[in-house]
Formats: sequence, C-alpha cells, structure tokens
Amino acid sequence: MANDVKIKSTDLKVFYHDFQALYEINMEIKENNVTALIGPSGCGKSTFLRSINRLNELIEGTSTKGQIYIDEIPLYDKDIDPVNLRKNVGMVFQQPSVFPMSIYDNVAYGPRIHGVKDKAILDEIVEKSLKAANLWNEVKDRIKSPATGMSGGQRQRLVMARVLAVEPQVILMDEPASALDPISTAKLEELISELKNSYTIVIVTHNMQQAARVSDYTGFFLNGALVEFNRTDELFVNPRDKRTEDYITGRFG
Amino acid sequence: MKATNRLEKIINLCFWLSASVIAGIFIIIIGYIAVKGFSVVNLDFIFTAPTRAGKEGGISTTIIGTVYLTAVALLFAVPLGVSTAIYLEEYARRKSRFARLVNLTAETLAGIPSIIFGLFGFVFFVIFLNLGWSILSGGMTLAIMILPTITRTAQEAILNVPHEYRENSLALGASKWQTISKITIPSAAPGIITGIILSIGRVVGETAAIILTAGSSLGMPLSLSDPVRTMAVHLYILALEGISLERAFGTAFVIVILIIIINYMAHLSLRRLSHLSS
Repeated sequence: MANDVKIKSTDLKVFYHDFQALYEINMEIKENNVTALIGPSGCGKSTFLRSINRLNELIEGTSTKGQIYIDEIPLYDKDIDPVNLRKNVGMVFQQPSVFPMSIYDNVAYGPRIHGVKDKAILDEIVEKSLKAANLWNEVKDRIKSPATGMSGGQRQRLVMARVLAVEPQVILMDEPASALDPISTAKLEELISELKNSYTIVIVTHNMQQAARVSDYTGFFLNGALVEFNRTDELFVNPRDKRTEDYITGRFG
Repeated sequence: MKATNRLEKIINLCFWLSASVIAGIFIIIIGYIAVKGFSVVNLDFIFTAPTRAGKEGGISTTIIGTVYLTAVALLFAVPLGVSTAIYLEEYARRKSRFARLVNLTAETLAGIPSIIFGLFGFVFFVIFLNLGWSILSGGMTLAIMILPTITRTAQEAILNVPHEYRENSLALGASKWQTISKITIPSAAPGIITGIILSIGRVVGETAAIILTAGSSLGMPLSLSDPVRTMAVHLYILALEGISLERAFGTAFVIVILIIIINYMAHLSLRRLSHLSS
C-alpha cells in the first residue's frame, strides 16, 4: 500500500454568501487508499468533497479560501483551469444520473469530449471501463440500447464506468449508495475495494458501517470543522474526541 | 355510500361531456371543410397556379408562398429564440436586470396581436428599409411575431433538463459549452420542437400581418424580394371578395391537411427523441 500524500488541504474555508460552511480544514489524503468522510447532514463533508474538483464554484455566491493540492499542484491557483482539473478528478453523485443516450454513448461521453474520435479506441475504452465497473457481462449484448432502461444499481455502476473512461487519478463519491438496495450496495462496495489499487478514492457517506467496511482512513466532520481524522480502524475503535465517540456510537446524528 | 357513488358518476359524466364537445367540434369543422373542399381538391388544384384571381386554376403559388414565408420566419426566429433561451437559462445571472428585462419583453411580445406586428413590419421593413412587399419583409415580421413563443418554450424545455445532467457532465471535465451543446440542448429538443410547431401553426394561419408585409401577389416567387400570397391569405381574399367560396374551402382543406401532416411529423420526431430519453 502506497503511503504518499495525494491530496492535501491547507486551511480550507468555504463560504456560501455570509454563511461559513467549512472552517480551516487541514487534511492529507493518501494515494491508493479509500478515505471516508462522515458526519451528520449539513456538517460540510459534501462541501469539502466538492471543493476537491472545484464543483462548489458553480453555485452562485460561493467563495473559497485556503488551498488544496493534488500532487503538490495548488488547485485554487489562478492558472488552474477547473475543466482540466475535473478530467483528473472524477465524481460519482448520490443519484445515479445517466444521460438520456445509449449505454455506449454514456461511457464514451468523457473520452469524446476530450478528443477521442477513433471508433476502435472508443470501443476499447468502453469495454475496458464497463469491465472495470463490473457491468460488462450484464450489458454487453445491449450496449447500444438506452441507458435509462437500467436498474438503479446498474446505473450507479454505469456512472462509475463513465468516470473510469476519463481515466482520472482521484474519484470522489458523494453518498453513492444512498439510493441503492442492499445487494447493489454490496456490489458497489466490492467495486470500491477493487478500484483503490489504481485510484485514490474519497467517499462521503451517511452510513458508518459502510465507512468502516470500505475505507482505510476516516474523517469526522461536525459543523463545518474536521473534528477527527485517523485510520478507520483507529477512529472507530478508539476515537480520541468525545464528539466522534458520541456520533459513532449513535448518540446523535 | 350510494350517494357518493352517484355523485362520482355525475362528475364522471360531466368530464366525459366536455371531452366529447371538443372531439365533436373538431369532427364537425374538419368534416365540413373536407366535404366542401373535397370536390375541388385534386392534384391539379395543388400543382397548378391560380388564374383569373383564383377563380380558376389551382393554388400552387400560394403553397410555395406559405412554405417560403414559414422557412424564412423560422430561419430568423429559431436561432435567435433558442440562443436567447440558452443565454437566459444557462449564462445570465437569474436576478440580473438584463435577464428580467428580456423575460418581461418576451412575455409582453407574446400577448401583442399579430396585426400590430404587421403594421410595424409594414412601416419598418417594407417602407423604411425599402424591402417592399416581399418574402423577406413578411418572413422577418413573422419571425418577430413567433420569437416570444419559441424563446419561452425553449426556456421552459431547458429549465426542465435535470440539473444532475449538467453537474455530471461538468464533473467529467466537459466545458460549459460542451455540456450545453451535447447534453442540455439534446435533452431539451422535444420541448424546443413543440414551440417550433406551435409557431408554424401561427405562421400558416396568419393573414393580416402577411398582407401588410408580403403582399398578396399570385405570381410564382423567384427571389426573396418577390411578394407572395400564402394559402391563408388566398382563402381570405377568395371568401371576402366573393371570388369562389368553393375554392376557399378547397384551400382550407389543403391547409388543414398540411397542419395535420406537420403535427404528425413533429409527433414522430418527438417520439424518436423521447425514445432515447425514456
């Protein structure tokens, strides 16, 4: 297991107009690991996740202070183009939102906008990505049919394949299993464990058992602050902060 | 229990009656036009030019005139209207003064009677720009007339595209324009097309504004600066001047058939588009 720092956040603060959503977040996320972000609703964990691919700035009135580095490149520098950044930092959302086009076109969407035109190369990328997302065997015979006809669990894996097709280094997941049934959730968690060999994964989850199952590191957020950040086994067995203990033992949340 | 049951039946009947009145009106009008018009409509009527002010011959030049005017109007109005809708929904800040002004203008324009546009087109295009009674003057006047409809329906359609599509596209590293052109517009296409169809219906049915700006010449138009007569204008003149009521009904019949064909084609293209999204 690699132990290099992939993402580093220093004194990150995010505001929505006058409301401060994040307070001086300092965090080091390790390469080829799964890092889970937990905490009650509105604690800032999703805001933090969305600041890693600069998606927050799409919302009018958002401002960010401090810095996030990926491979020591400062993301909030003036010369960083967020469009290029998002090519390297993929994201999976809570609702598996497939585009109203075929399964093939969904997966090929990213490569196509990044300039891949050759059909043979696209075919190869689509197959590879669907295989990596454990979806190939289920859809290989109807790859040209509309993606909207798929089940929720398949859709979430299609969204994964669509992200993988862009070949990002980091994958952000914002409660990816909250709309899924238990079997689809199990499949998704299995997939996350497979993918961490090649990607750095940051996952926001409401489900503490899920965080404990899939992650190597866990950060606990509360009221916009990072209360505790540690190895997952440490944090769940031996929380250092009283508030972390209260949350993971279900006293609030 | 019994009382509510009877009430339900009465309510059901009321709604059934309203629905049948609509169907009845439609059948009576179409039937009447078909019966009256059918005797004059044949291939000759469609493919030959009118002679003796429409007393004899067919309506070929007015069909061509209708097609040209509609095409010119759409050519101006669709790009302008859809671009405005994209600007308002995707680029403008929602509360900006300019966006509110454009919205208000579009709303107001939608409620203005077509004859006002005709009068404006007559003064501005025909006289001031010296374009004369022509396809160009008429087409641009009609474009202004349908612009609000096209803009509003396109705005509505773009607004209805799920926000998640845009987020997902941007998160994959697509630029804003790539997201709009590859995701938002295709997803909004069925709604945009609906607005275009409504507009075609208005252009095909328009008379007053067209007489003022495109004239009512029965000749075959050879360029954009030639005057034309549309089928609706022809029908109006045939009936008003007592030239031939029979031929007025024949023209009406062709208009109705054309509208039905356009609606059907639109329906097909909508089905093909929504096939992708359902």
